[in-house]
Amino acid sequence: MHVLLGVEGSEESRRALENTVDRATEAGDELTVAVFALRDQSVDAVEEYVRERLADVPLTWSIERVESDHPASSLVELAEAGPYEQLAIGGGQQSPMGKIELGTTTEFVLLNARVSVRLER
Amino acid sequence: MTGADESVEPFPRPPRTVDDDDGRIVELVSADIDDLESIVAMYAAFDPADRAQGIPPSEPPKIRSWLSDLLAKGLNVLAIHDGEVVGHAVLMPDADDGWELAIFVTQRYQGAGIGTALLETLLGYGVENDVESVWLTVERWNRPAIALYESVGFESTDAESFEMGMALDLSSIEVE
Repeated sequence: MHVLLGVEGSEESRRALENTVDRATEAGDELTVAVFALRDQSVDAVEEYVRERLADVPLTWSIERVESDHPASSLVELAEAGPYEQLAIGGGQQSPMGKIELGTTTEFVLLNARVSVRLER
Repeated sequence: MTGADESVEPFPRPPRTVDDDDGRIVELVSADIDDLESIVAMYAAFDPADRAQGIPPSEPPKIRSWLSDLLAKGLNVLAIHDGEVVGHAVLMPDADDGWELAIFVTQRYQGAGIGTALLETLLGYGVENDVESVWLTVERWNRPAIALYESVGFESTDAESFEMGMALDLSSIEVE
Protein backbone atom coordinates (compact mmCIF):
# COMPACT_ATOMS: atom_id res chain seq x y z
CA MET A 1 0.00 0.00 0.00
CA HIS A 2 1.16 3.52 -0.73
CA VAL A 3 0.49 5.79 2.24
CA LEU A 4 0.54 9.57 2.27
CA LEU A 5 1.31 10.93 5.75
CA GLY A 6 0.76 14.60 6.59
CA VAL A 7 3.46 15.96 8.92
CA GLU A 8 3.95 19.41 10.41
CA GLY A 9 6.22 20.60 13.21
CA SER A 10 4.33 19.35 16.28
CA GLU A 11 5.05 16.54 18.71
CA GLU A 12 1.83 14.91 17.53
CA SER A 13 3.19 14.82 13.97
CA ARG A 14 6.54 13.47 15.12
CA ARG A 15 4.80 10.61 16.91
CA ALA A 16 2.63 9.94 13.86
CA LEU A 17 5.77 9.76 11.73
CA GLU A 18 7.41 7.24 14.09
CA ASN A 19 4.34 5.00 14.16
CA THR A 20 3.82 5.21 10.41
CA VAL A 21 7.45 4.39 9.66
CA ASP A 22 7.30 1.34 11.96
CA ARG A 23 4.10 0.11 10.38
CA ALA A 24 5.23 0.77 6.80
CA THR A 25 8.56 -0.97 7.35
CA GLU A 26 6.81 -4.02 8.74
CA ALA A 27 4.17 -4.12 6.01
CA GLY A 28 6.43 -3.20 3.10
CA ASP A 29 4.34 -0.12 2.34
CA GLU A 30 5.54 2.77 0.27
CA LEU A 31 5.50 6.07 2.15
CA THR A 32 5.17 9.63 0.93
CA VAL A 33 5.39 12.32 3.58
CA ALA A 34 3.59 15.58 2.83
CA VAL A 35 5.36 18.24 4.86
CA PHE A 36 3.51 21.40 5.80
CA ALA A 37 3.69 24.19 8.38
CA LEU A 38 1.15 25.50 10.87
CA ARG A 39 1.27 28.80 12.76
CA ASP A 40 4.89 29.97 12.92
CA GLN A 41 6.50 26.71 11.87
CA SER A 42 8.71 26.50 8.78
CA VAL A 43 8.18 23.98 5.99
CA ASP A 44 11.96 23.87 5.46
CA ALA A 45 12.51 22.84 9.08
CA VAL A 46 9.82 20.17 8.89
CA GLU A 47 11.21 18.81 5.62
CA GLU A 48 14.74 18.69 7.06
CA TYR A 49 13.53 16.82 10.11
CA VAL A 50 11.67 14.26 8.02
CA ARG A 51 14.61 13.72 5.61
CA GLU A 52 16.96 13.10 8.50
CA ARG A 53 14.53 10.72 10.16
CA LEU A 54 13.95 8.68 6.99
CA ALA A 55 17.58 8.70 5.81
CA ASP A 56 18.53 5.14 6.78
CA VAL A 57 15.11 3.55 6.93
CA PRO A 58 14.65 0.46 4.70
CA LEU A 59 11.59 1.87 3.01
CA THR A 60 10.62 3.33 -0.33
CA TRP A 61 9.87 6.90 0.59
CA SER A 62 9.48 10.37 -0.87
CA ILE A 63 8.56 13.87 0.27
CA GLU A 64 6.00 16.33 -1.04
CA ARG A 65 6.01 19.96 0.10
CA VAL A 66 2.66 21.55 0.84
CA GLU A 67 2.92 25.34 0.90
CA SER A 68 -0.50 26.84 1.17
CA ASP A 69 -2.66 29.18 3.23
CA HIS A 70 -4.88 26.22 4.02
CA PRO A 71 -2.64 23.17 4.27
CA ALA A 72 -5.50 20.85 5.25
CA SER A 73 -7.34 21.26 1.94
CA SER A 74 -4.10 21.12 -0.06
CA LEU A 75 -3.28 17.87 1.73
CA VAL A 76 -6.65 16.39 0.80
CA GLU A 77 -6.23 17.52 -2.82
CA LEU A 78 -2.79 15.94 -2.93
CA ALA A 79 -4.10 12.67 -1.49
CA GLU A 80 -6.91 12.47 -4.04
CA ALA A 81 -4.76 13.38 -7.04
CA GLY A 82 -1.98 10.92 -6.32
CA PRO A 83 -1.45 7.15 -6.29
CA TYR A 84 -2.23 6.85 -2.56
CA GLU A 85 -4.43 4.26 -0.94
CA GLN A 86 -4.51 5.93 2.43
CA LEU A 87 -4.03 9.34 3.97
CA ALA A 88 -2.58 9.20 7.48
CA ILE A 89 -2.39 12.06 9.95
CA GLY A 90 -1.86 12.67 13.66
CA GLY A 91 -4.96 11.88 15.71
CA GLY A 92 -4.86 14.68 18.22
CA GLN A 93 -3.05 15.84 21.32
CA GLN A 94 -3.92 15.22 24.94
CA SER A 95 -5.06 17.93 27.31
CA PRO A 96 -3.81 18.07 30.92
CA MET A 97 -6.84 15.91 31.78
CA GLY A 98 -6.00 13.40 29.08
CA LYS A 99 -8.79 14.53 26.75
CA ILE A 100 -8.24 14.05 23.04
CA GLU A 101 -8.08 17.36 21.23
CA LEU A 102 -8.28 17.09 17.45
CA GLY A 103 -6.54 19.80 15.48
CA THR A 104 -8.38 21.67 12.74
CA THR A 105 -6.24 19.99 10.06
CA THR A 106 -7.22 16.52 11.25
CA GLU A 107 -10.88 17.51 11.46
CA PHE A 108 -10.86 18.92 7.93
CA VAL A 109 -9.19 15.79 6.58
CA LEU A 110 -11.70 13.54 8.39
CA LEU A 111 -14.66 15.39 6.98
CA ASN A 112 -13.43 15.99 3.44
CA ALA A 113 -11.02 13.35 2.19
CA ARG A 114 -12.47 10.89 -0.31
CA VAL A 115 -9.69 8.40 0.38
CA SER A 116 -9.34 6.22 3.47
CA VAL A 117 -8.04 8.19 6.41
CA ARG A 118 -5.98 6.79 9.28
CA LEU A 119 -5.58 8.67 12.54
CA GLU A 120 -2.26 7.86 14.19
CA ARG A 121 -2.62 7.61 17.98
CA MET B 1 -24.35 38.11 32.42
CA THR B 2 -22.77 39.78 35.45
CA GLY B 3 -20.91 43.05 34.96
CA ALA B 4 -17.70 43.95 36.71
CA ASP B 5 -19.44 46.10 39.30
CA GLU B 6 -22.19 43.67 40.21
CA SER B 7 -21.66 41.33 43.14
CA VAL B 8 -20.64 37.85 42.08
CA GLU B 9 -22.15 34.91 43.92
CA PRO B 10 -19.52 33.02 45.86
CA PHE B 11 -18.95 29.31 45.28
CA PRO B 12 -19.33 26.91 48.22
CA ARG B 13 -16.28 25.00 49.35
CA PRO B 14 -15.97 21.36 50.40
CA PRO B 15 -16.86 19.56 52.58
CA ARG B 16 -20.59 20.02 52.34
CA THR B 17 -23.74 17.95 52.14
CA VAL B 18 -26.61 18.40 49.71
CA ASP B 19 -29.88 16.67 48.89
CA ASP B 20 -30.06 15.76 45.23
CA ASP B 21 -33.28 16.09 43.20
CA ASP B 22 -34.19 12.48 44.02
CA GLY B 23 -33.88 13.07 47.76
CA ARG B 24 -30.54 11.31 48.15
CA ILE B 25 -28.07 12.76 50.65
CA VAL B 26 -24.80 13.43 48.85
CA GLU B 27 -21.53 14.47 50.47
CA LEU B 28 -19.13 16.62 48.51
CA VAL B 29 -15.56 16.21 49.76
CA SER B 30 -12.08 16.99 48.53
CA ALA B 31 -10.06 13.93 47.55
CA ASP B 32 -6.44 12.84 47.60
CA ILE B 33 -4.39 9.79 46.62
CA ASP B 34 -5.84 7.77 49.53
CA ASP B 35 -9.18 7.80 47.74
CA LEU B 36 -7.75 6.22 44.59
CA GLU B 37 -9.35 2.77 44.78
CA SER B 38 -12.82 4.04 45.62
CA ILE B 39 -12.73 6.32 42.60
CA VAL B 40 -11.34 3.54 40.37
CA ALA B 41 -14.43 1.55 41.33
CA MET B 42 -16.73 4.30 40.03
CA TYR B 43 -14.93 4.45 36.67
CA ALA B 44 -14.66 0.68 36.32
CA ALA B 45 -18.48 0.55 36.35
CA PHE B 46 -18.88 3.68 34.22
CA ASP B 47 -21.13 3.51 31.15
CA PRO B 48 -18.79 3.47 28.09
CA ALA B 49 -21.36 5.60 26.21
CA ASP B 50 -20.63 8.46 28.60
CA ARG B 51 -17.01 8.63 27.59
CA ALA B 52 -16.15 12.06 26.23
CA GLN B 53 -13.03 12.95 24.29
CA GLY B 54 -11.35 9.73 25.27
CA ILE B 55 -11.88 9.82 29.02
CA PRO B 56 -12.35 8.01 31.30
CA PRO B 57 -10.18 5.14 30.08
CA SER B 58 -11.98 1.80 29.96
CA GLU B 59 -9.55 -0.67 31.55
CA PRO B 60 -8.83 -0.58 35.32
CA PRO B 61 -5.03 -0.44 35.00
CA LYS B 62 -5.35 2.61 32.73
CA ILE B 63 -8.05 4.10 34.95
CA ARG B 64 -5.71 3.72 37.91
CA SER B 65 -2.72 5.44 36.29
CA TRP B 66 -4.91 8.20 34.84
CA LEU B 67 -6.51 8.84 38.24
CA SER B 68 -3.20 8.75 40.09
CA ASP B 69 -2.03 11.58 37.88
CA LEU B 70 -5.21 13.59 38.51
CA LEU B 71 -5.02 13.07 42.26
CA ALA B 72 -1.31 13.90 42.42
CA LYS B 73 -1.41 17.11 40.36
CA GLY B 74 -4.98 18.35 40.44
CA LEU B 75 -7.71 19.58 42.75
CA ASN B 76 -10.34 16.88 43.14
CA VAL B 77 -13.85 16.81 44.64
CA LEU B 78 -15.94 13.67 45.04
CA ALA B 79 -19.69 13.19 45.36
CA ILE B 80 -20.42 10.35 47.76
CA HIS B 81 -23.74 8.60 48.43
CA ASP B 82 -24.11 5.71 50.87
CA GLY B 83 -20.35 5.38 51.05
CA GLU B 84 -19.96 5.05 47.29
CA VAL B 85 -18.26 7.53 44.97
CA VAL B 86 -20.91 8.58 42.45
CA GLY B 87 -19.31 11.68 40.98
CA HIS B 88 -15.88 13.21 40.49
CA ALA B 89 -14.84 16.70 39.47
CA VAL B 90 -11.27 17.79 38.87
CA LEU B 91 -9.17 20.83 38.01
CA MET B 92 -5.83 20.01 36.35
CA PRO B 93 -3.08 22.62 35.92
CA ASP B 94 -1.85 23.41 32.43
CA ALA B 95 1.48 24.92 31.39
CA ASP B 96 0.16 28.50 31.38
CA ASP B 97 -1.30 29.09 34.89
CA GLY B 98 -4.68 27.86 33.71
CA TRP B 99 -6.66 24.91 35.01
CA GLU B 100 -8.64 22.45 32.93
CA LEU B 101 -11.96 21.31 34.39
CA ALA B 102 -13.83 18.04 33.95
CA ILE B 103 -16.79 16.43 35.73
CA PHE B 104 -18.06 12.85 35.71
CA VAL B 105 -21.26 11.57 37.31
CA THR B 106 -22.09 7.89 37.24
CA GLN B 107 -25.17 7.14 35.14
CA ARG B 108 -27.61 6.20 37.91
CA TYR B 109 -26.99 9.56 39.55
CA GLN B 110 -27.19 11.79 36.50
CA GLY B 111 -30.03 14.26 36.04
CA ALA B 112 -30.41 14.91 39.77
CA GLY B 113 -28.36 18.07 40.22
CA ILE B 114 -25.18 16.35 41.37
CA GLY B 115 -23.19 17.70 38.41
CA THR B 116 -24.19 21.22 39.38
CA ALA B 117 -23.31 20.65 43.04
CA LEU B 118 -19.95 19.13 42.07
CA LEU B 119 -19.17 21.97 39.72
CA GLU B 120 -19.97 24.70 42.24
CA THR B 121 -18.06 22.95 45.02
CA LEU B 122 -15.04 22.32 42.83
CA LEU B 123 -14.95 25.96 41.81
CA GLY B 124 -15.18 26.96 45.48
CA TYR B 125 -12.28 24.62 46.21
CA GLY B 126 -10.41 26.20 43.33
CA VAL B 127 -10.97 29.74 44.60
CA GLU B 128 -9.75 28.61 48.01
CA ASN B 129 -6.56 27.37 46.29
CA ASP B 130 -5.98 30.55 44.27
CA VAL B 131 -7.12 29.13 40.96
CA GLU B 132 -7.94 31.99 38.62
CA SER B 133 -8.25 30.90 35.04
CA VAL B 134 -10.39 27.84 34.36
CA TRP B 135 -11.11 26.34 30.97
CA LEU B 136 -12.64 23.24 29.53
CA THR B 137 -13.56 21.62 26.25
CA VAL B 138 -16.93 20.01 25.66
CA GLU B 139 -18.42 18.24 22.65
CA ARG B 140 -20.39 20.81 20.69
CA TRP B 141 -23.53 18.69 20.71
CA ASN B 142 -23.56 18.19 24.49
CA ARG B 143 -26.21 20.81 25.23
CA PRO B 144 -26.91 19.85 28.87
CA ALA B 145 -23.22 20.11 29.74
CA ILE B 146 -22.85 23.44 27.93
CA ALA B 147 -25.92 24.78 29.75
CA LEU B 148 -24.49 23.63 33.08
CA TYR B 149 -21.20 25.41 32.47
CA GLU B 150 -22.94 28.57 31.28
CA SER B 151 -25.05 28.55 34.44
CA VAL B 152 -21.97 29.16 36.59
CA GLY B 153 -20.47 31.73 34.26
CA PHE B 154 -18.43 29.88 31.64
CA GLU B 155 -18.34 31.57 28.26
CA SER B 156 -17.52 30.06 24.91
CA THR B 157 -14.00 30.83 23.66
CA ASP B 158 -13.62 28.66 20.60
CA ALA B 159 -16.54 27.19 18.72
CA GLU B 160 -14.80 26.24 15.50
CA SER B 161 -14.18 22.55 15.96
CA PHE B 162 -15.82 19.37 17.26
CA GLU B 163 -14.80 20.38 20.75
CA MET B 164 -15.98 23.71 22.05
CA GLY B 165 -13.72 25.69 24.34
CA MET B 166 -15.17 27.54 27.36
CA ALA B 167 -13.50 29.65 30.03
CA LEU B 168 -14.20 31.21 33.41
CA ASP B 169 -12.18 33.77 35.33
CA LEU B 170 -12.39 33.09 39.05
CA SER B 171 -10.17 35.93 40.20
CA SER B 172 -13.05 38.19 41.17
CA ILE B 173 -15.00 35.52 43.01
CA GLU B 174 -15.08 34.89 46.75
CA VAL B 175 -15.68 31.72 48.63
CA GLU B 176 -18.73 31.33 50.87
